[in-house]
Amino acid sequence: MQWEIVIGLEVHAQLSTNSKIFCGASTAFGAEPNTQADAVSLALPGVLPVLNKGAVERAIKFGLATGAHIAPRSVFARKNYFYPDLPKGYQISQFDLPVVGQGALTILVEPLSGNAKPYEKTVRITRAHLEEDAGKSLHADFHGMTGIDLNRAGTPLLEIVSEPDMRSAAEAVAYAKALHTLVRWIGICDGNMQEGSFRCDVNVSVRKPGGELGTRREIKNLNSFKFMQQAIDYEVQWQIDTIENGGKVQQATILFDPDSGETRMMRSKEDAHDYRYFPDPDLLPLDIGSDWIDAVRATLPELPHDKQARYVNDLGLSAYDASVLTSSREMADFFEAALGDATAQAKICANWIIGEVSAQLNRDGLDMAQCPITAQQLGGMLTRIADGTISNSGAKEVFRTMWAEGGDADAIIEAKGLKQVSDSGAIETLVDEIIAANADKVAEYRSGKDKLFGFFVGLAMKASKGKANPAQLNDILKQKLAG
Amino acid sequence: MFESSLKQLGDALRAKKISSVELTQLYLDRIATHNPELNAYVTLNPEMSLAQARTADERLAAGSAEALTGIPVAQKDIFCAKGWLTTCGSKMLHNFVSPYDAHVISQFNNAGAINLGKTNMDEFAMGSSNETSYYGAVKNPWDKTRVPGGSSGGTASAVAARLCAAATGTDTGGSIRQPAALCGISGLKPTYGVCSRYGMIAFASSLDQAGPMGRSAEDLALLLNTMAGFDERDSTSLQRDKEDYARDLNKPLNGLRIGLPKEFFAEGLGSDVAKAVEAAIAEYKKLGATVVDISLPNTRLSIPVYYVLAPAEASSNLSRFDGVRYGYRAPDYTDLADMYEQSRSQGFGAEVKRRIMIGTYVLSHGYYDAYYIQAQKIRRLIAQDFVEAYKHCDVIMGPTSPSTAFKLGEKGDDPVQMYLSDIYTIAVNLAGLPGMSIPCGFGENDMPVGLQIIGNYFDEARMLNVAHQYQLATDWHSRAPQL
Repeated sequence: MQWEIVIGLEVHAQLSTNSKIFCGASTAFGAEPNTQADAVSLALPGVLPVLNKGAVERAIKFGLATGAHIAPRSVFARKNYFYPDLPKGYQISQFDLPVVGQGALTILVEPLSGNAKPYEKTVRITRAHLEEDAGKSLHADFHGMTGIDLNRAGTPLLEIVSEPDMRSAAEAVAYAKALHTLVRWIGICDGNMQEGSFRCDVNVSVRKPGGELGTRREIKNLNSFKFMQQAIDYEVQWQIDTIENGGKVQQATILFDPDSGETRMMRSKEDAHDYRYFPDPDLLPLDIGSDWIDAVRATLPELPHDKQARYVNDLGLSAYDASVLTSSREMADFFEAALGDATAQAKICANWIIGEVSAQLNRDGLDMAQCPITAQQLGGMLTRIADGTISNSGAKEVFRTMWAEGGDADAIIEAKGLKQVSDSGAIETLVDEIIAANADKVAEYRSGKDKLFGFFVGLAMKASKGKANPAQLNDILKQKLAG
Repeated sequence: MFESSLKQLGDALRAKKISSVELTQLYLDRIATHNPELNAYVTLNPEMSLAQARTADERLAAGSAEALTGIPVAQKDIFCAKGWLTTCGSKMLHNFVSPYDAHVISQFNNAGAINLGKTNMDEFAMGSSNETSYYGAVKNPWDKTRVPGGSSGGTASAVAARLCAAATGTDTGGSIRQPAALCGISGLKPTYGVCSRYGMIAFASSLDQAGPMGRSAEDLALLLNTMAGFDERDSTSLQRDKEDYARDLNKPLNGLRIGLPKEFFAEGLGSDVAKAVEAAIAEYKKLGATVVDISLPNTRLSIPVYYVLAPAEASSNLSRFDGVRYGYRAPDYTDLADMYEQSRSQGFGAEVKRRIMIGTYVLSHGYYDAYYIQAQKIRRLIAQDFVEAYKHCDVIMGPTSPSTAFKLGEKGDDPVQMYLSDIYTIAVNLAGLPGMSIPCGFGENDMPVGLQIIGNYFDEARMLNVAHQYQLATDWHSRAPQL
């Protein structure tokens, strides 16, 4: 039987504010436990929340970047439940009136298997709302007790909820990656998944194509794309097996264990909390005027999808190249700075960045921001390829040197004598000498043995010590051999 | 000295007729004599009080004293004060020494006032008789077999018994005005948002408001000048220009239009109270005021609305008292859920538990719309009643409480009877309006009767003027109980 997979995501993106969402305590990661827990983070009696404008600004940015409606008035609500790392006994979140309404994100999906081609897909975003993070319960090292670290309590989060629009693990991962790129791109989240700055909950169900939605199970807190894919694959198979064996999928919250590669039940629907949401009387409704939205809009960079379209339409790049170059803002910035005004060189520039630069970064375990050569240095080298100063093999030599030792292309070309001979007079002289010295071969060639052309090229290159401009050499050789 | 007004005390201090240390010690001695019987104070800390007095004396000597510098003021135990045990009348906070000052406390500290001690109160301000305090009932100094009212009963008793020069209270449904009435003192609940709630342990956030309690309207004006003011740590604090609440004290009352809501003089009002209030109205007519009959048709709904909204907010506000970070934790428990259950059932008293349960119920899935949402709608209607009324009058007057102080234990088994004692005060909180109570005579058993004066938003200066003019013409406010 054929099954259709239905996936929706809830992503918690930690907003990159310096202080918490409702107080002035620092949000820096990795401090000693409870050193960033002030009176408000500790929920001492009598303390009150005050909204951090920076968090709202980031939410607005996200809304604008996904073409969403920004609510002129949204409301903070209390989500009530008891847990030791939830100091107030409620989480301040948004419930029926979120700050960001419906938007969308267009993604490029690369199928995980087979030879299927990448395709575009638009995923609808239901809403995005602001809320505070909880602290952490530490179970190790406390001999049967639990330690509570409230440094993270009150860290601002944007919870981004998608519609159940994804139909495969590949689509889910592509969406999560695109979202991950976007939040970093617009500078609202550092995207650090190891530190929990970007966490995904994945709702998975299966159904017969075109049928009613199946019962979903929610995989909580996935913090890597690889685990996401594994978890979805496992969960989908589990659900299909369950149904095909005559069972029923029960709504539940589950966890993925990366060691076993399996999902396991955390709580069933019966255990679901009644969160008793109600508007937080300590906070006024959040009013966002059009002035504020316009001011935020003015700070938005060109978005990945717009850039991709421009790269394809104006620069003639392939959709794939455009998508790779816009996988991070650093890479796109590098590309554009290296290219400069030389738009005709877009393809070769893209090839160098996607090829040599990325490969080297990979080998050295660096990311784009740590690239040892600057975009300007790469651009200088590309200029010398374009104007024929260096050959491709010469360029590779320049690049290697640049990477290892630094320096500008021109200086390296000079120092290593990599300049190719493009003086047609000099090449003609060289070719004449070769023709004169190899009269027998020339005769053979002229009598129809075309294959000897390579022999002459080789001799000429050797005579020029590899510096002859290959295209020019070819032309002159052809002309002279023809007699 | 104990009968002096705050202004007289301030003058005496500035004229060096008495030092703050001497004055503070006088009060501490008087407290030591009478508090064991009245139980008005739960915490005294003579060392800290006298240290503050010494600092105040330095300031007085330096000539930089303000109106309240050196004057001993008692603080309701709902306000967090740095270094002071702050219990909120509950076992839950029996060991909580606040590491920070409430805004109201720091306002007094900055003014150089002396924190004379923390006054007893109903547990978490839930009660109208001060009998729900974990630290025992407070006695009414006019008749020690009777209640002082609540929840600011300790403050009212202390002011009436001259155990402080003045004090603070908080008012969620009448908790300043009703005990002021029952103890024969003056008390003012300002417009919601005039005094910051930061550091005031929350009962029902949308209703809670701090205010002064003292022996005269003139004293209240000086106290409010110190207590009021914008505080960025409270999002519901109002950003308004600083005003002098004493500025209009001496204005004549010619032409003042007093609205008398017919609902405040209907069934349920004690005839002795009615008589005293009517006599006060007659006095106002002599002072040049005119009387207008008005209606507040939704008054009868204010109690049910209040007993949905206040417990709803309280059930969430009190969730932070979970035994995890501070306060009471049960000595024995089996697991996390048991720790919560044991700590909260042992740490909270019956009335608090009752309200947490009511609040939890009305916020629950399936009941929220019928209770919480419906109550919010009626709350708006109640506020609208006042808007309508103020088209025809400048202030509204009536009884503060339907009866004079009742016997200790008299209403303990009947919460609904107890709740009805707030019938005239609650609507004011629901509308966010300012309200006050001043003594206007004595009823049955020679117990004091309070006249309630309700003003329009931000009309505190006018209300104080209206009260002060009455106090110039009468002497009810200067009567003191025989201890």
